[in-house]
Amino acid sequence: MKNKKNLLASPFIIWSIAFIVLPLCMVFYYGLTDKTGAFTLDNIISIATAEHSKALWLSLLLSFISTVICLLLGYPLASILAKLGKNKNSLIVFIFILPMWMNFLLRTLAWQTLLEKTGVINSVLQFLHLPTLNIINTAYAIVLGMVYNFLPFMVLPLYNSLTKIDPNVINAARDLGANGLQTFIRITLPLSIPGIISGITMVFVPALTTFVISSLLGGSKILLIGNVIEQQFTQASNWNLGSGLSIVLMLFIIINMVVTSLFDKDGEGAVL
Amino acid sequence: MSTKLIDLQHISKSYGNNIVLDDMNLYIRENEFLTLLGPSGCGKTTTLRIIGGFENPDSGCVLFNGQDITNLPPNKRQLNTVFQKYALFTHMTIEENIAFGLKIKGKSAQYIKDKIKYALKLVNLDGYEKRMPDSLSGGQQQRIAIARAIVNEPKLLLLDEPLGALELKLRQDMQYELIRLKNELGITFIYVTHDQEEALTMSDTIVVMNQGYIQQIGTPEDIYNEPENAFVADFIGDSNIIDGIMIRDELVSFLGAKFPCVDKGFGENKPVDVVIRPEDVCLVAPENGVIQGEVTHLIFKGVHYEMEVMANGFEWLVHSTMMFPVGAKVGIKIDPFNIQIMNKPASEDEEAVGVEE
Repeated sequence: MKNKKNLLASPFIIWSIAFIVLPLCMVFYYGLTDKTGAFTLDNIISIATAEHSKALWLSLLLSFISTVICLLLGYPLASILAKLGKNKNSLIVFIFILPMWMNFLLRTLAWQTLLEKTGVINSVLQFLHLPTLNIINTAYAIVLGMVYNFLPFMVLPLYNSLTKIDPNVINAARDLGANGLQTFIRITLPLSIPGIISGITMVFVPALTTFVISSLLGGSKILLIGNVIEQQFTQASNWNLGSGLSIVLMLFIIINMVVTSLFDKDGEGAVL
Repeated sequence: MSTKLIDLQHISKSYGNNIVLDDMNLYIRENEFLTLLGPSGCGKTTTLRIIGGFENPDSGCVLFNGQDITNLPPNKRQLNTVFQKYALFTHMTIEENIAFGLKIKGKSAQYIKDKIKYALKLVNLDGYEKRMPDSLSGGQQQRIAIARAIVNEPKLLLLDEPLGALELKLRQDMQYELIRLKNELGITFIYVTHDQEEALTMSDTIVVMNQGYIQQIGTPEDIYNEPENAFVADFIGDSNIIDGIMIRDELVSFLGAKFPCVDKGFGENKPVDVVIRPEDVCLVAPENGVIQGEVTHLIFKGVHYEMEVMANGFEWLVHSTMMFPVGAKVGIKIDPFNIQIMNKPASEDEEAVGVEE
């Protein structure tokens, strides 16, 4: 019986070793060696160079802004969905999920077409004799792309945690004299912290590592850390430097996860 | 005792095509323990939620001490609710749960501290201040929910099947605890339950509801001994409900025999429902009974024997401390004052029509 189970798991184990563990080992090997194969920390230290640290800082900043915007947009939406209940919210969920059926690249390309200097939005604005929008190839466009692509990952965990709250707990707070705002701050918000935490992680991590959104909507002018790493692999063919920078980025993701899990523990500790 | 604390006037509420309450009128006096009793879907919880402010009636109004509070949000009402599944704030300690209402009202730290101590003592849970709700048993959580409500010194406490999730022994203990609390605090209780025993044990007044209508309002004794219609008789305790003809005042005929009774004013030869409680059926030797039958079932219930007796085409439910074995021939005798006569409902609709206050 146990052998059979192991046998069934073997494709996954082989897959994990071949495509997760081995590549990870290779990243560490390349990241910690130079072109001759000798051990070095230069690849990792190179994050301190002006160009690289600027890209990392910008990545952190834009991901942070996108995460905050997703949270601010996603929370009310998730609340509305949770309040409507499963029967009535299906249309909204459908409309919301619909774009996700399309490929991520296509959606981002669509935004490029919309935002271009002579793109759809500007044509309409010009037709209406309104000032045109020049946000393509700026950080604004990147944030827009991030928010658009990652918003569902914020809404779904929030929705899940909000539907778990017993409506009578909200009623009890109202019954004990709390107005709508007090109820939200003291009851709803603390009880939805697990959803907020996983929403933040699910938006922040992919936003921090993206290079597609930044290269499509940011042009070649704005480099995020993802773009820098990508260039080392594709254009510069410097796998060592690319791997070194990847390790640094992984470090930031781990920091993010540790920090959020600390908050989550607080929330769960209060529950227990 | 006679002032109306809550006065519900012509309350109607429906969800879509489903009418939950239809033109309901009910008042609750100060210091009363009033129970809304009925099967699920009878409108009892909706009534409570309307009083609590969690639902708005489609029409009618709610008066609190003579003031219209129909459109007042729950946080502006001078009452508190104990919810069905406790609804404690799981992210707060017991202390913080109880302090919630007082903190919102901006009471001083010392006042809040004293109140928490007092409330925990009242519900026999001193020393639980720092515990989290999830670490408590169901009965303890329910008592915390009560403590959280009463520290706010409400004029009226609403309880929505608060003991429904507890096991039998604990439920009975909590019933006595609630009566004690009510007497100590001197506040008005409105209690919702589908458990007739719970209602009979605790209430000053019972309101029996069915299908959105009040069926009967009365003391537990009234409701049990003098049910006004077959629904109440059937819902409160076990009953034998038999079709009968009221021959004239104080004489009723059913199952082919004539029984003297004490009811008057039904007219002559009128079809009625006859209700006889199982403990009021006297089993005697066949020759001494008004009608004769045979015992078909026998169960020992502890306090009494429960028997089923087939007599004149009706299966009688009998509770008696005397045992007759299955197959025994028995006679049935009923004291005149133990026979309750009720008007038959004229139509299916009327069955649900409530008695007017």
